[in-house]
Amino acid sequence: MPSLNYAAPTSVQEAVALLAGAAGLAKPMAGGTDLLVQLRSGRLKPELIVDTKQIPGMIGIREEAGGFVIGGATSGAMLEAHAALKAAWPGVVEAMDLIGSEQIQGRASLAGNLCNASPAADSVPAMIAAAAVAVIVGPKGERTVPVESIVVSPGRTSLARDEFILAIRLPPRPAHSGDAYLRFIPRTEMDIAVVGCGVNVTLDAAGVCTAARVSVGAVAPTPLLVAEAGAALVGHTLDEATLAKLDAAARAACKPISDKRGTIEYRIKVAGVLARRAAAIAFERAAGRVAKGH
Amino acid sequence: MSKHHVTTTINGEETEFLCETQETLLDVLRNTLNLTGSKEGCASGDCGACSVIADGTLVCSCLMLGVEAEGKTITTVEGIADGETLHPVQRQFLEHAALQCGFCTPGFIVATKALLDANPDPTEEEARYWLAGNLCRCTGYDKIIRAVMDAAAEMRGEARAA
Repeated sequence: MPSLNYAAPTSVQEAVALLAGAAGLAKPMAGGTDLLVQLRSGRLKPELIVDTKQIPGMIGIREEAGGFVIGGATSGAMLEAHAALKAAWPGVVEAMDLIGSEQIQGRASLAGNLCNASPAADSVPAMIAAAAVAVIVGPKGERTVPVESIVVSPGRTSLARDEFILAIRLPPRPAHSGDAYLRFIPRTEMDIAVVGCGVNVTLDAAGVCTAARVSVGAVAPTPLLVAEAGAALVGHTLDEATLAKLDAAARAACKPISDKRGTIEYRIKVAGVLARRAAAIAFERAAGRVAKGH
Repeated sequence: MSKHHVTTTINGEETEFLCETQETLLDVLRNTLNLTGSKEGCASGDCGACSVIADGTLVCSCLMLGVEAEGKTITTVEGIADGETLHPVQRQFLEHAALQCGFCTPGFIVATKALLDANPDPTEEEARYWLAGNLCRCTGYDKIIRAVMDAAAEMRGEARAA
């Protein structure tokens, strides 16, 4: 193996210069739970690993302007331990918590899960439903990009080679809001989504939906924001006609493949079912009731 | 590139080592430091046989670079006992015969220690979920869970559960 270099810069500028200056492939590393596996298998052959965890802001959660800013290398375990974040965005935290084991949770991050760009990444539909944005840093400074615009195809993102995600921002939460993420797997733990679905809603005082975002995962080359599914909820309570429209819109967005985890027909069917169930949990939470998610 | 010089604390002792970038913490523990209690099962973060505690967090040492140990405090299975005195988790694993081939055992011991540090009174369900990242192909897990629950009770100073 040709020699592999490692750097742990302590500023964004230094990290960007290292990424931009490498002759061959340079990879930013957060928790490394995907990167090290790809390194080992030979799928990736970088000449440089830029460990971003020493950069100020990369690890930690802070409340800002009514929303949350989550450092790009903040672990799932830290999300799970943050009571205010869990109370505001239980769906996002539960989606992250579904990824891997306790050991993985000690290292894996939202931004890492996003940049690994798997169609089945659990945290991504939850972040898309939440209208999360990625704060991307690079040679030209900082830009913010909606999470749904990051993954462009399996394993590929819209980030340039000298950019990385400094933080994930979750927006302020209006009153009567709730979110949920559900995934289907054939076992109870430690598996990859056959289908995943995130739903995020805001209700008025009477319980009528005023805003909704729905996202599905593992049913297309990238996680999808399904605008029609969100639109099916707005202006309605969760009656059967509304649920049927939501179900149909979620199914219509699916462009899955058949593989060992599920057939095309099965994945499409399950996407509709999960949309119904995640919406029910999100509505309960928005109404201020405790609803068990994952 | 020349090797990285890393200074870290392992099982309470300041330790220095040299490593290449691509060497994982597990590689360093086993091949350089001769701490062979941590095992390599899958090398992909699925089996938990390489579990260690890094700065209080349970991690797979196969998914952490050796160079990342710089300045950290690491506990491996070799650091769980107090000298010749076994930790209650280790004693309960023996008591319950919660092992057969033993390959997964160091990972289970470390993961259980981390569980009981964070949650001294877990339910059986919490213990099973916490240990979902540790695979055992021999025992069927029941004896392991009984050992964990009894170790937890012992550490809380309670009589053992039936």
